[in-house]
Amino acid sequence: MENVVWIFVSAMVVNNFTLFYFLGLCPFMGVSARVSTALRMGAADIFVLVVTSVCTWILNTFVLAYAPYLRLISFIVVIASVVQIVEMVIKKVSPRLFRELGMFLPLITTNCAILYLAIFQTNRGYGFFEGLAFAVGAGAGLTLALVLMASIRQETEFSSIPAVARGAALVFIIAGALSLAFMGFAGLLSAT
Amino acid sequence: MSPRETAPQADFFRGVWRENPVLIQMLGLCPALAVTNTVENSLWMGLATFFVLTGSSFIVSLIKKLIPGEVRIPTFILIIATFVTVADMSLEAIVPTVHKQLGAFVALIVVNCMILSRQEAFAAKRPLGRSLLDAFGTGLGFIVALVMMGAIREVLGNGTLMGFSLFGPNFEPWVIFILPPGGFLTLGFWLLLLNWFQKWRTERAKVRAWPEGVGAPPERKAA
Repeated sequence: MENVVWIFVSAMVVNNFTLFYFLGLCPFMGVSARVSTALRMGAADIFVLVVTSVCTWILNTFVLAYAPYLRLISFIVVIASVVQIVEMVIKKVSPRLFRELGMFLPLITTNCAILYLAIFQTNRGYGFFEGLAFAVGAGAGLTLALVLMASIRQETEFSSIPAVARGAALVFIIAGALSLAFMGFAGLLSAT
Repeated sequence: MSPRETAPQADFFRGVWRENPVLIQMLGLCPALAVTNTVENSLWMGLATFFVLTGSSFIVSLIKKLIPGEVRIPTFILIIATFVTVADMSLEAIVPTVHKQLGAFVALIVVNCMILSRQEAFAAKRPLGRSLLDAFGTGLGFIVALVMMGAIREVLGNGTLMGFSLFGPNFEPWVIFILPPGGFLTLGFWLLLLNWFQKWRTERAKVRAWPEGVGAPPERKAA
């Protein structure tokens, strides 16, 4: 139980996927203009991560033990199908959310955070519940970073920023500051 | 949609600088930030990506007529994943220490949006030779961007370049530059510098075109 909590906190703040491992930067740049969109994107991320984690566990336990060289290929196929299914479900259940997420949903396939989760989970030999905790923690971390970034960007909209710093350059410098702040969590739990 | 005609050398050079995948198009950012803490790592990562990009562009361009439109993205990803598996195993055999430092990021080349975007935007529509040229150019541009990042981060964060000490023992390294925040800051400042350079060039071009007054001539504005 302690282990599971540790994995959750570690994935969420200490080794935050976006700010520590640089994963999922494309949505981080693209969707972080508004807090409301950032929240929805985060929710979709958490969902896909959890489903991927479960699928990875099934694959690792029952299939890949016999064919380890197929790992990468089978992971990417699973992720692509999961995203496709999530897309269809959201379209059916909430067409409004589907419209708002728009093109970002298919982009989750090429969101490196998802594949990294699958690889990481395998390399560390996480069990079912540890994998779940890792997925939820990682998703919560992605959401946290997205929402923080979106709130800062909303504030900067009305500030007078020099023309050369507008756009991506500013986002990266803010991200650097956020990342610096998150490094403060490193002492929260001593790494193994 | 018929693709716009371009000269062969334009296909090559466009990817290297003017449409640099990392610095201009903001694609493939994860590896560009995550593994560029030394020049050596950046170089190997760049080479691996170059190999995967060239290989997949070759295959995709070769079989583009056989791929049905509805399943083209999964097909591309499978082709890319195959080349990544090859690159991963080769790196492990050639440079085991670097492979260990790059870790899972070699496998993550699969989801590098830069590679997928080149297949979708170029290799699936153009002849073989042009696709290869485009892949060479874009791959080279990716290596250039990674090495630009790696050089700054290694010099400032470690006081070395390619492993050689630059400043002697009295230099206090800015450790922050080899840590994650340094990646964000380095890219941010490179982008600032490039934006500033771009602005300076447009201003200069304006002054050259109308030397008597800066900016567009007033009569054109009125019309």
